[in-house]
Amino acid sequence: MHDVNASRAANAFAPLTASAVLVNAVGLHARPSVKLTQCAKSFVAKIEFALAPDGPWTDAKSPVKVMRVKAPQGATLHFRVAGPDGKAALAAVLALVHDGFGEA
Amino acid sequence: MSNSSSGNVGIVIVSHSSKIAEGAADMVRQMVGNAVPLAWTGGDTDGGLGTNVAGILEAIEAAWSPAGVAILVDLGGAETNSEMALEMLAEDRRARVVVCNAPVVEGAVIAATESSGGSSLAAVKRSAEEFYA
Repeated sequence: MHDVNASRAANAFAPLTASAVLVNAVGLHARPSVKLTQCAKSFVAKIEFALAPDGPWTDAKSPVKVMRVKAPQGATLHFRVAGPDGKAALAAVLALVHDGFGEA
Repeated sequence: MSNSSSGNVGIVIVSHSSKIAEGAADMVRQMVGNAVPLAWTGGDTDGGLGTNVAGILEAIEAAWSPAGVAILVDLGGAETNSEMALEMLAEDRRARVVVCNAPVVEGAVIAATESSGGSSLAAVKRSAEEFYA
Protein backbone atom coordinates (compact mmCIF):
# COMPACT_ATOMS: atom_id res chain seq x y z
CA MET A 1 0.00 0.00 0.00
CA HIS A 2 2.79 2.32 1.00
CA ASP A 3 4.71 1.64 -2.18
CA VAL A 4 1.77 2.41 -4.42
CA ASN A 5 1.13 5.67 -2.57
CA ALA A 6 4.78 6.56 -2.64
CA SER A 7 5.24 6.04 -6.36
CA ARG A 8 2.04 7.89 -7.14
CA ALA A 9 3.18 10.69 -4.85
CA ALA A 10 6.64 10.70 -6.38
CA ASN A 11 5.20 11.26 -9.83
CA ALA A 12 3.16 14.25 -8.76
CA PHE A 13 5.71 16.02 -6.55
CA ALA A 14 9.14 17.33 -7.46
CA PRO A 15 11.79 15.72 -5.27
CA LEU A 16 13.28 17.74 -2.41
CA THR A 17 16.90 17.17 -1.52
CA ALA A 18 19.10 17.98 1.45
CA SER A 19 22.05 16.43 3.20
CA ALA A 20 23.27 15.90 6.74
CA VAL A 21 26.46 14.52 8.29
CA LEU A 22 26.27 11.43 10.49
CA VAL A 23 27.48 12.58 13.88
CA ASN A 24 26.83 9.59 16.12
CA ALA A 25 29.93 7.54 16.92
CA VAL A 26 28.87 4.26 15.38
CA GLY A 27 27.36 5.60 12.17
CA LEU A 28 24.28 4.08 10.62
CA HIS A 29 24.41 0.75 12.47
CA ALA A 30 21.46 -1.38 13.50
CA ARG A 31 19.70 0.84 16.02
CA PRO A 32 19.90 4.10 14.03
CA SER A 33 18.83 2.19 10.93
CA VAL A 34 15.69 1.05 12.71
CA LYS A 35 14.98 4.61 13.87
CA LEU A 36 15.49 6.04 10.39
CA THR A 37 13.23 3.39 8.88
CA GLN A 38 10.50 3.96 11.45
CA CYS A 39 10.67 7.71 10.91
CA ALA A 40 10.56 7.32 7.12
CA LYS A 41 7.63 4.92 7.32
CA SER A 42 5.54 7.47 9.17
CA PHE A 43 5.35 9.54 5.97
CA VAL A 44 3.62 8.86 2.66
CA ALA A 45 6.46 10.44 0.68
CA LYS A 46 9.05 8.35 -1.09
CA ILE A 47 12.25 8.81 0.94
CA GLU A 48 15.65 7.76 -0.35
CA PHE A 49 19.19 8.49 0.67
CA ALA A 50 22.69 8.02 -0.72
CA LEU A 51 26.29 8.56 0.34
CA ALA A 52 26.92 10.64 -2.80
CA PRO A 53 24.72 13.42 -4.20
CA ASP A 54 24.03 11.41 -7.36
CA GLY A 55 23.24 8.06 -5.71
CA PRO A 56 23.02 5.10 -5.77
CA TRP A 57 19.78 5.63 -3.83
CA THR A 58 18.57 3.47 -0.97
CA ASP A 59 14.94 3.23 0.11
CA ALA A 60 14.89 4.71 3.62
CA LYS A 61 11.79 2.66 4.46
CA SER A 62 13.58 -0.69 4.08
CA PRO A 63 15.43 -1.66 7.28
CA VAL A 64 17.51 -4.32 5.51
CA LYS A 65 18.61 -1.95 2.73
CA VAL A 66 19.38 0.86 5.17
CA MET A 67 21.61 -1.40 7.27
CA ARG A 68 23.41 -2.71 4.19
CA VAL A 69 24.69 0.81 3.40
CA LYS A 70 26.86 0.63 6.57
CA ALA A 71 27.36 4.39 6.54
CA PRO A 72 30.16 5.35 8.99
CA GLN A 73 30.43 8.35 11.31
CA GLY A 74 31.32 11.46 9.32
CA ALA A 75 29.57 10.23 6.17
CA THR A 76 27.20 12.66 4.48
CA LEU A 77 23.71 11.35 3.94
CA HIS A 78 22.04 12.86 0.90
CA PHE A 79 18.27 12.63 1.06
CA ARG A 80 15.83 12.73 -1.84
CA VAL A 81 12.20 13.01 -0.84
CA ALA A 82 9.07 13.23 -2.97
CA GLY A 83 5.45 13.26 -1.86
CA PRO A 84 2.62 15.35 -0.44
CA ASP A 85 4.25 15.37 3.00
CA GLY A 86 7.76 15.56 1.56
CA LYS A 87 8.71 18.78 3.31
CA ALA A 88 7.82 17.47 6.76
CA ALA A 89 9.43 14.11 5.96
CA LEU A 90 12.69 15.73 4.93
CA ALA A 91 12.72 17.90 8.06
CA ALA A 92 12.08 14.85 10.24
CA VAL A 93 14.84 12.66 8.80
CA LEU A 94 17.34 15.54 8.86
CA ALA A 95 16.50 16.26 12.49
CA LEU A 96 17.05 12.60 13.32
CA VAL A 97 20.51 12.58 11.72
CA HIS A 98 21.52 15.94 13.26
CA ASP A 99 20.37 14.58 16.56
CA GLY A 100 22.65 11.55 16.29
CA PHE A 101 19.50 9.39 16.44
CA GLY A 102 19.22 10.28 20.10
CA GLU A 103 22.55 8.59 20.81
CA ALA A 104 25.67 10.14 22.25
CA MET B 1 0.71 5.02 11.39
CA SER B 2 -1.13 3.84 14.45
CA ASN B 3 1.02 3.64 17.51
CA SER B 4 -1.26 1.25 19.31
CA SER B 5 0.17 -2.22 19.35
CA SER B 6 -3.15 -3.92 18.64
CA GLY B 7 -3.26 -3.10 14.95
CA ASN B 8 0.30 -4.11 14.11
CA VAL B 9 1.46 -7.55 13.02
CA GLY B 10 2.58 -9.66 15.99
CA ILE B 11 6.05 -11.21 16.16
CA VAL B 12 6.81 -14.64 17.67
CA ILE B 13 10.37 -15.81 18.27
CA VAL B 14 10.98 -19.57 18.46
CA SER B 15 14.43 -20.88 19.35
CA HIS B 16 15.79 -24.15 20.72
CA SER B 17 17.28 -22.05 23.50
CA SER B 18 15.06 -19.99 25.78
CA LYS B 19 18.01 -17.65 26.32
CA ILE B 20 18.31 -16.95 22.60
CA ALA B 21 14.57 -16.45 22.26
CA GLU B 22 14.43 -14.13 25.25
CA GLY B 23 17.57 -12.26 24.16
CA ALA B 24 16.23 -11.74 20.64
CA ALA B 25 12.99 -10.43 22.15
CA ASP B 26 15.02 -8.02 24.31
CA MET B 27 16.72 -6.71 21.18
CA VAL B 28 13.38 -6.17 19.49
CA ARG B 29 11.98 -4.30 22.48
CA GLN B 30 15.05 -2.09 22.84
CA MET B 31 15.57 -1.36 19.16
CA VAL B 32 12.04 -1.20 17.87
CA GLY B 33 9.98 -0.30 20.94
CA ASN B 34 6.62 -1.38 22.26
CA ALA B 35 4.38 -0.74 19.27
CA VAL B 36 4.46 -4.39 18.22
CA PRO B 37 2.89 -7.41 19.96
CA LEU B 38 5.80 -9.73 20.76
CA ALA B 39 6.19 -13.15 22.37
CA TRP B 40 8.96 -15.71 22.54
CA THR B 41 9.31 -19.36 23.38
CA GLY B 42 12.32 -21.63 23.65
CA GLY B 43 13.38 -24.94 25.10
CA ASP B 44 11.55 -28.24 25.48
CA THR B 45 9.00 -28.94 28.20
CA ASP B 46 11.74 -30.15 30.58
CA GLY B 47 13.66 -26.92 30.26
CA GLY B 48 16.34 -28.39 27.98
CA LEU B 49 17.23 -27.33 24.47
CA GLY B 50 14.39 -27.86 22.03
CA THR B 51 11.03 -26.48 21.05
CA ASN B 52 7.51 -27.55 21.88
CA VAL B 53 4.23 -27.08 20.09
CA ALA B 54 2.29 -26.02 23.20
CA GLY B 55 4.81 -23.25 23.92
CA ILE B 56 4.60 -22.03 20.34
CA LEU B 57 0.78 -22.01 20.46
CA GLU B 58 0.91 -19.97 23.67
CA ALA B 59 3.32 -17.50 22.11
CA ILE B 60 1.10 -17.09 19.04
CA GLU B 61 -1.81 -16.42 21.37
CA ALA B 62 0.20 -13.89 23.38
CA ALA B 63 1.34 -11.98 20.28
CA TRP B 64 -1.99 -12.28 18.47
CA SER B 65 -3.07 -9.38 16.32
CA PRO B 66 -5.92 -9.01 13.83
CA ALA B 67 -3.19 -8.10 11.31
CA GLY B 68 -1.62 -11.52 11.84
CA VAL B 69 1.50 -13.02 13.36
CA ALA B 70 4.96 -13.57 11.83
CA ILE B 71 7.04 -16.38 13.37
CA LEU B 72 10.84 -16.34 13.34
CA VAL B 73 12.54 -19.69 13.96
CA ASP B 74 16.07 -20.99 14.30
CA LEU B 75 16.81 -24.60 13.28
CA GLY B 76 14.86 -27.65 12.03
CA GLY B 77 12.55 -28.55 14.91
CA ALA B 78 11.67 -24.94 15.55
CA GLU B 79 10.33 -24.75 12.04
CA THR B 80 8.53 -28.10 11.98
CA ASN B 81 7.01 -27.53 15.43
CA SER B 82 5.92 -24.04 14.36
CA GLU B 83 4.25 -25.51 11.30
CA MET B 84 2.59 -28.11 13.51
CA ALA B 85 1.35 -25.37 15.84
CA LEU B 86 0.07 -23.48 12.84
CA GLU B 87 -1.94 -26.50 11.71
CA MET B 88 -3.57 -26.70 15.12
CA LEU B 89 -4.92 -23.17 14.92
CA ALA B 90 -8.51 -22.46 13.95
CA GLU B 91 -8.80 -22.02 10.21
CA ASP B 92 -9.49 -18.29 10.26
CA ARG B 93 -6.39 -17.73 12.37
CA ARG B 94 -4.18 -20.11 10.44
CA ALA B 95 -4.48 -17.92 7.36
CA ARG B 96 -3.04 -15.02 9.30
CA VAL B 97 0.11 -16.72 10.66
CA VAL B 98 3.31 -17.17 8.64
CA VAL B 99 6.72 -18.71 9.33
CA CYS B 100 9.47 -16.48 7.92
CA ASN B 101 12.49 -17.88 6.12
CA ALA B 102 14.91 -15.53 7.86
CA PRO B 103 17.64 -15.59 10.52
CA VAL B 104 15.95 -15.54 13.92
CA VAL B 105 17.60 -12.51 15.54
CA GLU B 106 18.01 -10.25 12.51
CA GLY B 107 14.68 -11.37 11.10
CA ALA B 108 12.87 -10.57 14.35
CA VAL B 109 14.28 -7.04 14.49
CA ILE B 110 13.55 -6.37 10.82
CA ALA B 111 10.07 -7.90 10.98
CA ALA B 112 9.23 -5.84 14.05
CA THR B 113 10.57 -2.67 12.43
CA GLU B 114 8.38 -3.30 9.41
CA SER B 115 5.39 -4.08 11.62
CA SER B 116 5.88 -0.98 13.77
CA GLY B 117 5.23 1.12 10.67
CA GLY B 118 1.84 -0.51 10.24
CA SER B 119 2.84 -2.80 7.34
CA SER B 120 0.81 -5.84 6.30
CA LEU B 121 1.74 -9.41 7.24
CA ALA B 122 2.98 -10.02 3.69
CA ALA B 123 5.21 -6.94 3.82
CA VAL B 124 6.58 -7.95 7.23
CA LYS B 125 7.45 -11.44 5.94
CA ARG B 126 8.98 -10.07 2.74
CA SER B 127 11.13 -7.61 4.65
CA ALA B 128 12.44 -10.25 7.08
CA GLU B 129 13.23 -12.56 4.18
CA GLU B 130 15.21 -9.84 2.40
CA PHE B 131 18.10 -10.94 4.58
CA TYR B 132 18.55 -14.03 2.43
CA ALA B 133 17.86 -12.23 -0.83
